[in-house]
Amino acid sequence: MSMNLVTLLYLIASICFIHALKGLSHPTTAVRGNYFGMAGMAIAMVTTAALIIEHGDGKGLWWVVLGLLIGGSYGTWRARTVEMTQMPELIAFFHSMIGLAAVCIAAATVGEPAALGIAAEGSHVIPPGNRIELSLGAFIGAVTFTGSVIAWGKLSGTYKFRLFQGRPVVYPGQHWINLAMGIATVVLIWAFWATQSHFAFFLICMLGFVIGVTLIIAIGGADMPVVISMLNSYSGWAAAGIGFSLENSMLIIAGSLVGSSGAILSYIMCKAMNRPFLSVILGGFGGETAAAEGDEEQRPVKQGSADDVAFMLSNADSVIIVPGYGLAVARAQHAVKEMVDKLIDKGIQVRYAIHPVAGRMPGHMNVLLAEAEVPYDQVFEMDDINSEFGETDVAIVLGANDVVNPAALEKGSSIYGMPILEAYKARSVIVNKRTMATGYAGLDNELFYMDKTMMVFGDAKKVIEAVGKAID
Amino acid sequence: MEAVSLTIINIIIFVLAIYVGYHVVWTVTPALHTPLLAVTNAISAIVVVGAMLAAAQTEGAFGTFLGVAAVALASVNIFGGFLVTLRMLEMFKKKDRPAKAAN
Repeated sequence: MSMNLVTLLYLIASICFIHALKGLSHPTTAVRGNYFGMAGMAIAMVTTAALIIEHGDGKGLWWVVLGLLIGGSYGTWRARTVEMTQMPELIAFFHSMIGLAAVCIAAATVGEPAALGIAAEGSHVIPPGNRIELSLGAFIGAVTFTGSVIAWGKLSGTYKFRLFQGRPVVYPGQHWINLAMGIATVVLIWAFWATQSHFAFFLICMLGFVIGVTLIIAIGGADMPVVISMLNSYSGWAAAGIGFSLENSMLIIAGSLVGSSGAILSYIMCKAMNRPFLSVILGGFGGETAAAEGDEEQRPVKQGSADDVAFMLSNADSVIIVPGYGLAVARAQHAVKEMVDKLIDKGIQVRYAIHPVAGRMPGHMNVLLAEAEVPYDQVFEMDDINSEFGETDVAIVLGANDVVNPAALEKGSSIYGMPILEAYKARSVIVNKRTMATGYAGLDNELFYMDKTMMVFGDAKKVIEAVGKAID
Repeated sequence: MEAVSLTIINIIIFVLAIYVGYHVVWTVTPALHTPLLAVTNAISAIVVVGAMLAAAQTEGAFGTFLGVAAVALASVNIFGGFLVTLRMLEMFKKKDRPAKAAN
């Protein structure tokens, strides 16, 4: 097999990957797109296997099969058993895999450059250009790996370990320390370029591992949708870096696709929170939340029971449901769907309004609702439904807070300018929360104190199930 | 005239691919952003190509170990990423039909 043929097959695989992304423009074409992606991956792997067989006796392929079996069976098991509410952790976990794989490949290449085809047979001298690309690929991979592990811990939310908690870790001189480590990395990359010293390469990887931790621990739980998109982007750039090192155009193309995808998602998330990307990355946001909670004066709110909610909903003509992270935590999506089915049977119009940063990652709420078999034509994005709240009888806010806080419209508020779902415009509002605690922004929510608002405290799933029973 | 260096050609591919990615990803509907994250996980596992070469062609034990580890790590994503995407997309698709039937 000539290298020209190999490269052309790689080109076909690259086109398949583009189609995999393009298919996601609509739910009906998305599945076909996913098969394109699988086909692309199969073409790439079979081509590479053929290349390996041709190059030697093919015995080395057994090592590939071994790795494939271990990783493949674990990945299959995770994909089949993961609960939709745990999807953010799984995505972060997948990011870390790519990061570590990139480090391993780069290290193997530095050790035996000839085996990966970037040095002459029997030679250990890596061309200087490839040295820079290798160290960059390894460094980005290392940052992606440890950063994703921290993000995974924060998203799981079940570990006592301090670095895995949502509250950001801040200490004096944080940014200067990060900057110093960044400069040290640049110096080391220069050293590796000049000398091909294995020790310099080792230090670059170690610094990458440390920087991944220090970058992500500073970012609070509220900014997780940005973090997860950003790490997605990094994993793509790491793949592209490996592609440059190995002079493989398919890796460059696939890596760039992923890199730009993650970058766009980060941009969308930042815009939905009205926060500059840089300030998200520098972190520290959400640290004051705990302090702000304590000194709130108790203001009166109107409280209601599940029966009251059932009564209000049964007498409405139109209802909009605003799901938030509280719904995901309580795994209430199926209960909501059952309640909504009863309302629809009564001829009531029910729609769902999704804020871009609802949940812990982009599109999280949509997946949860899809899991509960909510038809996607009942689910609306913020821009499409905001004008409808004014003509809606009841808006039900389930475990969301900051994304419906009218304080975002007031100058001087810390969330001023953040686009919100205008639930406060509905004729009456029902808010289900566990407690009166503030959201991530640490702000009191005026919506809860309005005359037309009824608060229902309790676990979203239990409350909704009770409401569903009360509607006959 | 001297030949253009391979690095320059790779940079051209890199920049053009970013453009393609940029334009394709903006067409993705926000409802499918989670499947987008999952499928890009699987696609970035294309580094498996480098991992396979490292696992099969290296001679030293350390290089082979790193290669096998990299193949295993990347395959977690290849299988996990595509399958979990498919699982999510089937959820979106399934409701499509009953909804239409109901109308």
